Amino acid sequence: MPRVAVVRFPGSNCDFDALRAAESVGADAYFVWHRDPDLRGADVVLLPGGFSYGDYLRSGAIARFSPVMQAVQAHAAAGGPVLGICNGFQILCEAHLLPGALMRNAGLSFVSKPVDVIVERADTAFTCDYEPGSRLRLPVAHGEGRFVAAPDTLRMVEAEGRVVLRYVAATERSPFQPNPNGSANHIAGICNAEGNVVGIMPHPERAADRLLGMTGGSGFFTSMVTSYQHSSNSGV
Amino acid sequence: MTYKVHVRVMPREGLLDPQGQAVEHALSALGFEEAGAVRIGRAIELDVTAGSRDEAETMARRMCDKLLANPVTEDYLLDVEED
Repeated sequence: MPRVAVVRFPGSNCDFDALRAAESVGADAYFVWHRDPDLRGADVVLLPGGFSYGDYLRSGAIARFSPVMQAVQAHAAAGGPVLGICNGFQILCEAHLLPGALMRNAGLSFVSKPVDVIVERADTAFTCDYEPGSRLRLPVAHGEGRFVAAPDTLRMVEAEGRVVLRYVAATERSPFQPNPNGSANHIAGICNAEGNVVGIMPHPERAADRLLGMTGGSGFFTSMVTSYQHSSNSGV
Repeated sequence: MTYKVHVRVMPREGLLDPQGQAVEHALSALGFEEAGAVRIGRAIELDVTAGSRDEAETMARRMCDKLLANPVTEDYLLDVEED
């Protein structure tokens, strides 16, 4: 089973949810404090949601300089899987592990509600248990989730097929707006060129247990295990 | 020598600035219909110890590029004065 490091920054608040979702699929999950420069042999790194450093300056801007982020950079550079959820996505962008930035929602409001997304990349370590094109209902909860990037960066992300999740309207009579924050091209999540670093605004860890009313997010955690087992079997 | 550095960070031209829009609407609701193109940024002040004004400015620029401004979404202006 993969060793899963859940990194906690001062102000992380989805850390227990992420830990529990990882444990629920049998992973050996544990917390790593942001001052710890050692990921203790992690196979997978999760950067959970929250408000690291109170979102001071810009969301994720200060967390990027935490000692643990050097270890996360090294893990990512070696091809290790990293998933940033919400604030974790913001941190990955600030750390330049992912392109673009996440800005204040177009409607100004903090948006906390379920949204529907399409899984466009089903070959990452966090989405390989989904069929490409699957629709998921996942909660979002953010004030700064509007993905923006320079026009040429955006074209590159699209051309290289690096959109992992995209917001869609559920049905004609959906109560959900297709794009909760005005993000470019309805982007809800992207990955790096190699596909091992993934950042998403929706919260799969809040939709990974029947008790929470939604289970559409559990595939992110089962994928982690599937991909780990696949890579250990093939000796990679 | 200590220099006082004033940094003005603004959202990049052409990017949607919902805060600026909301304040513009509020100004208009207050009867200030003359106001338009409101944009909201951030002002940062800091002291920098350096051998010269140029050196202080170079250091401040590096601070902006690394942390104080996001090169994807923001532009900044620097003003350096002797403290």
